[in-house]
Amino acid sequence: MTAKVITVTSGKGGVGKTTAVANLATALAMDGKRVVCIDGDIGLRNLDVVMGLENRIVYDLVDVIEGRCKLKQAMIRDKHLPELYLIPAAQTRDKNAVSPSDMVRICNDLRPDTDFVIVDSPAGIERGFRNAIAAADNVLVVTNPEVSAVRDADRVVGLLEAEEKGSPSLIINRLNPNLVKNNDMLSAEDVLDLLGIRLIGIVPEDENVIIGSNRGAPTVGDAKSRAGQAFRNIAKRLQGEDVPFMDLAPQSGLWSAIQRFAGRK
Amino acid sequence: MEPMESTPPVVQIKGIRDGLLVTFADIPWGEQRAALMQQIHEKASFFQGARLAIDVGNQPLKVNDLVDLRDWLSEQSINLWAVLSESPTTEHTAQLLGLATRISKPRPEENHHVLDGVPSDQALFISKTIRSGTRIEYPGTVVVFGDVNPGAEIVAEGNVIVWGRVRGVIHAGSKGDRSVFICALDLSANQLRIADEVSAMLNPQKDPKPEIASINEEGKLQAELWHSGETNIRK
Repeated sequence: MTAKVITVTSGKGGVGKTTAVANLATALAMDGKRVVCIDGDIGLRNLDVVMGLENRIVYDLVDVIEGRCKLKQAMIRDKHLPELYLIPAAQTRDKNAVSPSDMVRICNDLRPDTDFVIVDSPAGIERGFRNAIAAADNVLVVTNPEVSAVRDADRVVGLLEAEEKGSPSLIINRLNPNLVKNNDMLSAEDVLDLLGIRLIGIVPEDENVIIGSNRGAPTVGDAKSRAGQAFRNIAKRLQGEDVPFMDLAPQSGLWSAIQRFAGRK
Repeated sequence: MEPMESTPPVVQIKGIRDGLLVTFADIPWGEQRAALMQQIHEKASFFQGARLAIDVGNQPLKVNDLVDLRDWLSEQSINLWAVLSESPTTEHTAQLLGLATRISKPRPEENHHVLDGVPSDQALFISKTIRSGTRIEYPGTVVVFGDVNPGAEIVAEGNVIVWGRVRGVIHAGSKGDRSVFICALDLSANQLRIADEVSAMLNPQKDPKPEIASINEEGKLQAELWHSGETNIRK
């Protein structure tokens, strides 16, 4: 096994990076892959909470870097999926405790016996962001269909291009088809038109995501959730499968319900 | 090998208003870099937390060169904020990485050969989309093959020509030349400026057509549809 290192970033905060990491990692692990998540947000960790692993933390990323523990000791196994691990961030340190070369080293140590390493980037474009992308083979940029989030995503794409990290893939998170229909929200086309990068998934707004984050149980585990389905599709695409995009037309009326029923595989 | 005293120092460091300015003797980049790293190792506490500007003379530096140096410096808690160079390659690289290419004390202008108006033989060609946070400054004409996204800025002393969509800020004739123009396939910019004239915001069009903006006879900045043959009238 040689792991693919995937960094999830956004520029703007609060667009759903951490949620995306937890959901994608869980979905990949549900597909039988061996996955390690790294929380790159030193000082403001929360991937552990979203994954429901907060009370199991003994060692963290900075402990590994500073040699207080072995890499394996900082890897927390998920409650349900035996092939899913989290390396948590340190809560009491800041971003300067980690350097880009530390991240490259840790990811290289993980590569031989892992399928996917997923790095959760902090918001912003400073040190923490550079740490998070240092080892990335692929970068996923998460944005919301909002002007400010898209502009920050554009900045991040520019920085990734300047650092010759290649063109990232885009996740449009929290799209509300009803608002788009009434021209009250940017559509996926508007966002793509501006950013001009490959789209890997559109996640519809879904309150189950918030419920899941608070419970520490990512939404992908819920077979009925539309957002969960979107994340499962993205996970398939990350594994190289060609999955058609979901129909996100506003759900209303009997006819569309029948169409959805008929269209479901 | 001559004794050290008789050769000028490889690295010179002086304090400027915005931090420290490092200048190098005219030697290859690898040696300049090594010499700077050695200085920093020797005087770690002096450099701790410093804001550093480096003047690399005419070295053409690539993205990797500057990224490596910046990351290494940032591991030493030094913030690289500006790279000064006479090489257009290096200036371009630094701008792409969001580093300043001018410091408050302007560089001596003798290297630019800017005579009256725009040097007609000098244009910067950029074949990519200019994204948010990128600022391109150039003492001549700028040609972009790609879009100029919101949050991006182009500041040119000459004309600005964009084969794409403009949604950022464009300033042509930044040194006061009022005869220059801005043209684009779709000119729905946040803001256009020619010399010291500023346009009102242009609304995005449903069916964009190529437009050209210039200062009209009344001295106002105005954008109009571009028609073939236009350039002849202008001359």
